[in-house]
Amino acid sequence: MSVGILMLVHTAFGRAEQVARHWNKYGCPVVIHVDATVKPKQYKRFVKALEDLPDVKFCKRHKCEWGAWGLVAASQSASELMLHEFPSVRHVYLTSGSCLPLRPVQELKDYLKARPRTDFIESATTADVPWTVGGLDAERFTLHFPFSWKRNRYLFDKWVDIQRFLRIKRRIPHGIVPHMGSQWWCLTRQTLSAILEDPERATFDKYFSRVWIPDESYFQTLARLYSTKIESRSLTLSKFDFQGKPHIFYDDHLQLLRRSDCFVARKIWPQANKLYNGFMRDPEGAIKMSEPNPAKIDRIFAKAVERRTKGRTGLYMQSRYPNEGWENGMTFGRYSVFHGFTELFEDFEPWLARTTGAQVHGHVFAPERAEFSGRQRVINGALSSSPKLRDYNSIAFLSNLIWNTRGERQCFQVGPRDEGAPVWFIAKDPNAQVSVISGAWAVPLFKSNLNFTDIRAEAARLQKLENLQLFALRSPYAKARVRIWTMAEFIEAPMEPLQTIIDEIGIDRARRLSEAPRMTDLSGFGQFLQNLKNQGMHPYLMGDFPVEQPEGGQKKPPRKPYLVQ
Amino acid sequence: MGVWQSYRLRVRRRYRLGRSIRKRRELRPIVNRTGNIKRDDLLLFSTLRNELIRLPFFLDYYRNKGINHFLIVDNDSDDGSLEYLSEQPDVSVWHTRNSYKKSRYGVDWLNWLQFRYGHEHWCLVVDPDEFFIYPFCDTRPIRALTDWLDASSIKSFSAMLLDMYPRGPITETPYRSGQDPMDIACWFDAGNYTMSKNAAYGNLWIQGGPRSRVFFPDNPELAPALNKIPLVKWNRRNAYVSSTHMLLPRGLNQVYDEWGGEKASGLLLHAKFIDTFTAKAEEELQRNMHYSASVEYLAYAERLRDNPELWCKWSEKYINWRQLEILGLMSKGNWA
Repeated sequence: MSVGILMLVHTAFGRAEQVARHWNKYGCPVVIHVDATVKPKQYKRFVKALEDLPDVKFCKRHKCEWGAWGLVAASQSASELMLHEFPSVRHVYLTSGSCLPLRPVQELKDYLKARPRTDFIESATTADVPWTVGGLDAERFTLHFPFSWKRNRYLFDKWVDIQRFLRIKRRIPHGIVPHMGSQWWCLTRQTLSAILEDPERATFDKYFSRVWIPDESYFQTLARLYSTKIESRSLTLSKFDFQGKPHIFYDDHLQLLRRSDCFVARKIWPQANKLYNGFMRDPEGAIKMSEPNPAKIDRIFAKAVERRTKGRTGLYMQSRYPNEGWENGMTFGRYSVFHGFTELFEDFEPWLARTTGAQVHGHVFAPERAEFSGRQRVINGALSSSPKLRDYNSIAFLSNLIWNTRGERQCFQVGPRDEGAPVWFIAKDPNAQVSVISGAWAVPLFKSNLNFTDIRAEAARLQKLENLQLFALRSPYAKARVRIWTMAEFIEAPMEPLQTIIDEIGIDRARRLSEAPRMTDLSGFGQFLQNLKNQGMHPYLMGDFPVEQPEGGQKKPPRKPYLVQ
Repeated sequence: MGVWQSYRLRVRRRYRLGRSIRKRRELRPIVNRTGNIKRDDLLLFSTLRNELIRLPFFLDYYRNKGINHFLIVDNDSDDGSLEYLSEQPDVSVWHTRNSYKKSRYGVDWLNWLQFRYGHEHWCLVVDPDEFFIYPFCDTRPIRALTDWLDASSIKSFSAMLLDMYPRGPITETPYRSGQDPMDIACWFDAGNYTMSKNAAYGNLWIQGGPRSRVFFPDNPELAPALNKIPLVKWNRRNAYVSSTHMLLPRGLNQVYDEWGGEKASGLLLHAKFIDTFTAKAEEELQRNMHYSASVEYLAYAERLRDNPELWCKWSEKYINWRQLEILGLMSKGNWA
């Protein structure tokens, strides 16, 4: 008889009974504390159910409320009874009714027998750990907490504010340094009895009864006074989520729990039959002496908390709809937006696809329809190319496109004709790489076979639209990687900017571009622009184009300068 | 939200409740086994009309998931649904001949039944063609979910409607009673959903999916809403406002996280597009009793005549909830 088990029970009595029987069967005496709020009828039935076991005792009942003193009082009463009734107990292990022993009891006994002077209690000073939820760490020891957090949240919060305002500070009894940690401990008889029989216990009890969540600090603090050897960790596997409530284990955690090699796990869903049946069996096979190793479980629960607090970048769905600025990544991953390139280069899309291996779309925001790569009607995720569906919510369309094609770089074209394009969204998105050749919209007009009056009107319209788009891209809110060249600037040395863009897309084979996209024939373009100017429509976004081709054959005589009045 | 706005919503909620209490007269109990309902039982509420062929699988599916009692309003079926339901030991059934439309598509009737029997219970409100999927639904019953929601002080759980469809024309594979509809309609759209926030009620308004893609490409604003909040820890002060899309008090609509995180959510697999439907769309059209003067059904019936195909190259084939979770249609949140 080396290990005594304390059990704090308030619900799921059937399971508690089952676990108590299990401990008892393998020679551990059990002292059970039942919450005073449990109805007498239920309590009596529970006591009666365990009547046949002489080594299962019930201690004095206290009212247990989360965060209040009752839980400590319950542990104290149970400990006192345990130490008094079972003199041969060397270690006392505090558990709850929803704890489940994962390893054979004999292994726990052997483990503790090999460490007869060690106290297993997680205990750290408040300054050093980030555990606390809700901002009360050091203050839980220096403020008064007369109001219940569960029942009188308003008074609780207000009273904290008032004390902060008045700078009320409680005096911490001499000789103790507040420590905190998991409330599920395993202490030696020596340490535990020293705590319970301390001549100053009344002082400590009085102090801790007004501390916030004393069950996480009372034994943790006092053990530091008496223990000769503290192992600051809990033998109970117990994980907390971001709101400070324990994670629950279910049937599908069976293998995970098996491999964790922890002695006891908390908290188990009362109806997890597979878990209870799986672990409440006679031990089979050799006794192991392995150390508990909850790393894998830690990872799973840490991930769950991250999923809840940070979510998946770039995902908008029924239970994740972040406010603007809180998305932590507006879209899933990087993508490239090309503005004016298809106008200037005849085979730009296939060239880009060849060079980068990315998925290259046309003008996905074109007024006629979304020009997906290969001009498909529907693309990944069953995203439709219908312009009305797209324009119904163009931001959702873009974020869906990027989300649906996770793992593949997306490139698409935007131009002044694409009025529905969410340019502001793109400009603000750090994932966007935007490359603009301003004024390139004039090239298709130049090549078109329209009447000049129509061309003039269209040119004026497109210039205005492009200017608006450039305004967004140049705004101080723009977080995208934006590069803007005027057309004149760009055609002077096209390879250099192209190389920069391709390098940034970051394909594995970083190399010099061996092949350039074919630039469309621009002879006569300068004259075209001049004609527009002559018609009173001033195209300025493409930069300064000479009227003549630089290498054009014979030079025409310069025009007569004229004055604009 | 200002005091005025919150007062207006309160008045609206009271009006809804008053209306559904008034509408209780339209319901005639056929078999009332609600006396068997125990304190923590999980209840399922549904309205149906001529769904006999779907009922055996529907009831079994939810029994296996841990529903303890079914409360069903039969809107004047003539295919034997009523008789079938009255024979089931865990079903209470009410009959009505009154207008489905005037009962705001059944919401008033169910609000009354929930008011009367659902107080302090977890209540699931689904149609006979909707199958509730939630994280870990292959290993944990609904009870595990509701216990966890209780422990987390969460009172409502979101489950978007996910339209399922078969490959090939709908009429190609007829549905046999008792069969899993997802054997036939096992395809869905994975990533074409759009959403916006409803400022008045605070819920998300989600549209998209195959119905939007195929039936409403030219007027997407008419596409049906897919957001649903079918699982609620009911209080008799609650009221569904429009189907299970939203409810009051508006705090219950806050099933999504706005600070970048993900709350836990599930899906309702919507096995509407299987062959029991061709006939049904025509019938509903004649009755003219569905939402917005039946625009939805008009559009369907029109499309159905030229042999509709909802399937496309990028349709996704349903495997399990983990697949849906990875695709971002639902989330585990911090449930692990």
